Amino acid sequence: MTTARTPSVASAPPAKRSALTEALLNRRLWLGVLGWSVALVIFFPIFWMVLTGFKTEAEAIAEPSLIFSPTLDSYAEVQSRAGYAKFAINSVVVAFGSTLLALVIAIPAAYSMAFLPTRRTKGTLLWMLSTKMLPPVGVLVPIYLLFRDVGLLDTRTGLIIVYTLMNLPIVVWMLYTFFKDMPKDILEAGRMDGAGTVQEVLYLLLPLTLPGIASTGLLSVILSWNEAFWSLNLTSSQAAPLTAYIASFSSPEGLFWAKLSAASTMAIAPILVFGWLTQKQMVRGLTFGAVK
Amino acid sequence: MNKTRTSGRTIGGLRTLSLQAPAVSLLFLWMIVPLAMTVWFSLQRYNLLMPGMTGFAGLENYEYLFTDPALWSAMGTTLLMVGWVLVITVVGGTLLAVLFQQEFFGQGIARVLAISPFFVMPTVSALVWKNMMMHPANGVLSWVAELFGLPAVDWFSSLPLTSIIIIVAWQWLPFALLILLTAMQSLDEDQVEAARMDGAGPIAIFFFITLPHLKRAISVVIMIEMIFLLTIFAEIFVTTSGGPGLATTNLAYLIYIRALLDFDVGMASAGGVVAIILANIVAIFLVRMVAKNLES
Repeated sequence: MTTARTPSVASAPPAKRSALTEALLNRRLWLGVLGWSVALVIFFPIFWMVLTGFKTEAEAIAEPSLIFSPTLDSYAEVQSRAGYAKFAINSVVVAFGSTLLALVIAIPAAYSMAFLPTRRTKGTLLWMLSTKMLPPVGVLVPIYLLFRDVGLLDTRTGLIIVYTLMNLPIVVWMLYTFFKDMPKDILEAGRMDGAGTVQEVLYLLLPLTLPGIASTGLLSVILSWNEAFWSLNLTSSQAAPLTAYIASFSSPEGLFWAKLSAASTMAIAPILVFGWLTQKQMVRGLTFGAVK
Repeated sequence: MNKTRTSGRTIGGLRTLSLQAPAVSLLFLWMIVPLAMTVWFSLQRYNLLMPGMTGFAGLENYEYLFTDPALWSAMGTTLLMVGWVLVITVVGGTLLAVLFQQEFFGQGIARVLAISPFFVMPTVSALVWKNMMMHPANGVLSWVAELFGLPAVDWFSSLPLTSIIIIVAWQWLPFALLILLTAMQSLDEDQVEAARMDGAGPIAIFFFITLPHLKRAISVVIMIEMIFLLTIFAEIFVTTSGGPGLATTNLAYLIYIRALLDFDVGMASAGGVVAIILANIVAIFLVRMVAKNLES
């Protein structure tokens, strides 16, 4: 933007230049004030939650205030009384397990779609996208009954299966777009040197597209970590991940703001960082490449 | 190059099949089995509390569903939720995208802060809003209202639907912003510059250049949000549980009540079929748009 605007400023008569620069600086200042105010208002609930996590319960429920002596009591109590770690471990296992599984299933599929396209490839890709359109409530009943009958209710395995399938279309699409961007010559050269499909994928494709695979994996982790519909309906005590654990604070007896805030802060912190890191690639994954 | 391609395809016929088989077959099962079961159950008399009462029901479940005032109330609630959240996020997202595209001090950090709510898990955002923002006595909003000498609002009992809409809009506004910001980056700066030289003001530039450029991205945002918003669940589950009365029961929550609280599998499945049909009406447009993009 600067580069585009600078010439018009420079081409203005010298006498006018300082006035223009000043107007520009003024404009930036106001934009800055406006932009930062909006950003802070939007971010405020998160900021307030993080702050409340460091208060005592009495301070948390009192008149909103920025002045208090921070304490880690809530964090300690969330762990010792409620066994926060158990839910966190469930979240980690389920989110990373389903992501790994989805990547293992999706990499060969995306590879063949990107490098060995047939007439059916486009149709397959679109069909995969359409499976994502099936609303979870529409299939809640059968999944619940199936899981009950095979003993997958309230197990991490059950959630891993659901999340893997839930994210598979997105993972295939993202990998497909990353693989397609890769120069074909490198793979051709490898094949000339006698690399088989397996070597080609393991030694050439995967290392070269690692950043793409990593951001695809992170998006899948983020989506699984935050998923609430299936976790609330398919787990109760044993396999409940953090989404379900946090929801248990909604009962009237469970209303402890400082502890809720501490638990929530721990639950969202890693995902917030992942989200910041992958925001650009996320657009690709979330819109199936329709917005670039 | 041409040679490898042809050979790739002939051998590829087999290779493609075996490489795609796991993904395709798993997704196929994931789609078709529950779908068939939902349709099947929706035609059955099946209540987990009444094990003796079974058998083919024909369209009975649908008849009950469509004559149940709860369905129409839930449909209305669903439409209001989707509609309002869409209006807020699309209009707000577009304006914010224009704002955050401008250069100002620390614009990158401000941008990151503004998109953050999208990464917060829905149960957390619902509880934080309910307890710490909208609490009638000790919430930040009532404290702000008092500062201005206004009466505090008991959000969830006097404005239950509005409260949920605010929470959901807060979560999805950053999504719209994120997508629209990305779309803004491909806006032709020279064109904007040329328009400015010709004396176009910022408002004219916004309506005649920026908005048409964002048209496609906006429609993608609308469709994707609709698919997710039609089945909002967690936010309702942890804040109002659908109440008071049916005030915040949307279609997704009604199906949940019928299935896992009333154990009426037949009725819940009929509701599920309705939800699937609604989602597919939206999905057809989205898939078409993506397909067009795949060609270019």
